[in-house]
Amino acid sequence: MLDDLKLHYEIERFNTRYAAALDAQRLTEWADMFTDDAFYLVTSRENADRGLPVGLIYCEGRAMIRDRAFALHNTAMFAPRYLRHIIGNLSVERGQEIRATANYAVFQVLFDRPDATVHQLGVYRDVFLRTDQGLKLRERRCVYDNLLVPNALCLPV
Amino acid sequence: MSHAWPAEGLSRIPDWVYTDESIYQREVERIFHGRTWNYVALEAEIENPGDYIRSNVGPTPVVVARAEDGSISVMENRCAHRAADFCRSLAGNAREFVCPYHQWTYDLKGNLIGVPFRRGVAGKGGMPGDFKNAEHGLRTLNVTTHRGVVFASYCQEMESFPDYLGPDILREFEATFDGRKLQVLGHYRHSLPGNWKLYHENLKDPYHATLLHTFLVTFGLLVAGNRSLMLTDASGRHGVMASAKSDAKNLGADTKKEMRAYKEGMTLSDPRLMDFVEEFDSPWSVTMATIWPNLIVQREMNTLGIRQIVPTGPHEFIMKWTMFGFEGDSAEMTRHRLRQGNLMGPAGFLGLEDNEAIKFVQDGMRNVPDGEHLVALDPRTPFGTSDTLISEAAIRGMYRHWRDVMGL
Repeated sequence: MLDDLKLHYEIERFNTRYAAALDAQRLTEWADMFTDDAFYLVTSRENADRGLPVGLIYCEGRAMIRDRAFALHNTAMFAPRYLRHIIGNLSVERGQEIRATANYAVFQVLFDRPDATVHQLGVYRDVFLRTDQGLKLRERRCVYDNLLVPNALCLPV
Repeated sequence: MSHAWPAEGLSRIPDWVYTDESIYQREVERIFHGRTWNYVALEAEIENPGDYIRSNVGPTPVVVARAEDGSISVMENRCAHRAADFCRSLAGNAREFVCPYHQWTYDLKGNLIGVPFRRGVAGKGGMPGDFKNAEHGLRTLNVTTHRGVVFASYCQEMESFPDYLGPDILREFEATFDGRKLQVLGHYRHSLPGNWKLYHENLKDPYHATLLHTFLVTFGLLVAGNRSLMLTDASGRHGVMASAKSDAKNLGADTKKEMRAYKEGMTLSDPRLMDFVEEFDSPWSVTMATIWPNLIVQREMNTLGIRQIVPTGPHEFIMKWTMFGFEGDSAEMTRHRLRQGNLMGPAGFLGLEDNEAIKFVQDGMRNVPDGEHLVALDPRTPFGTSDTLISEAAIRGMYRHWRDVMGL
């Protein structure tokens, strides 16, 4: 029981750090929260429900995740924006591996529009691994409910 | 508002082309509902009898369904009784379509086959005696397929699809749809706050590719000195932007200087993203085909996709992407296509930049209105096919056609 509580708390703290890294657009820090063999996917619920494998972002391994971070920092052109990630409803399941799900919402503010908009709403389907440097994500599948992505998903979720 | 074209001709495009509601309405009538073949589906999405998907012809919602005899029908998603948009699922399998409001029932070809209480109850009420089901089916469209791709038209007297494309564009279409059976890998859907034509123009504008897309340039996929072609059909409405992968290391210093995007020494930690597995009978590693009025066929090395434009007004459209591979792809080849998919789509290294740039253009016209665009590059080619990337001749060719159809 105490171990379960502790693990739950650890993952909550992890997700808080994860959200903070993305809110501040510290993408290198974000990329380092994954294991070397991690899989990171952003896909629609439409695809996930039908078992279709495509991802808006589809990264096999931390090298690809780092490339994403590097390219967004150094090559990508997109309008500046504020993002705010809210992560909640965490559920943890401990078996052979540590599996968890959490709901997420990403709010976006563009500098030519007055209001924050709900940019994406979805669920993280995660596999965590305990390493020397604490918990890392071995898998994070971000499955969003929106039918339409508003214009572009410029930063990871 | 006056719709006079600028005196300079095709090298100027006035803002009202992109922002005026009455122009948009005329486009729906004359282009999307006019003499055009509109992409609606891949056959792979409706393989079995009863399979259907929701789709669109222009802004108009349609249902694309396969009947028991294997034929494909495209019908307006509007009940003949009280106009209800009866098909609410994105995709599914049905034996018939039943409008939930009063349970009028249609077969998979859109024929009306059931009207509850047609003869009333106990001799009272019901439809007039001369009511004929045959006169009250769903409105159906003309349908054609080519290499597993399904098109529909409001025009019943359309030329064949190969004639519609013309020989040069058809060759490129058939290079991508090479006869192998398609396998759908999934969809992206996004809104884009810009006029729908800007998307065509972006893919008829090879000039931007070397300038906006730092990623492409950095990793040598497309540079100003590459072997490339901006091809259009005789009418100017269809186009194919084609290029062959080369190595940025061989670039001259002058070319590098012009491309502010070029950054020396940037490499990918996982270069598999840029691998090109030769699989097509084509000299090009990348082709982007713009098939008038609502289809883009993406062959970006090995990541393949359909993009379907669904206009929703002068200032916005929806884009539905259908990513695919082929039956017989190994598991590794499928994963390669999925990895390479990071280049495109609304989160793609290139795709997100195009979406942002198009939004900027529409924002500019909305915030500083009543101006005109300058599309004067490459004056030696007044309009149409050009073998230099530094050209806007294909955009001018598209507007030559557009003005003719629109009577402007």
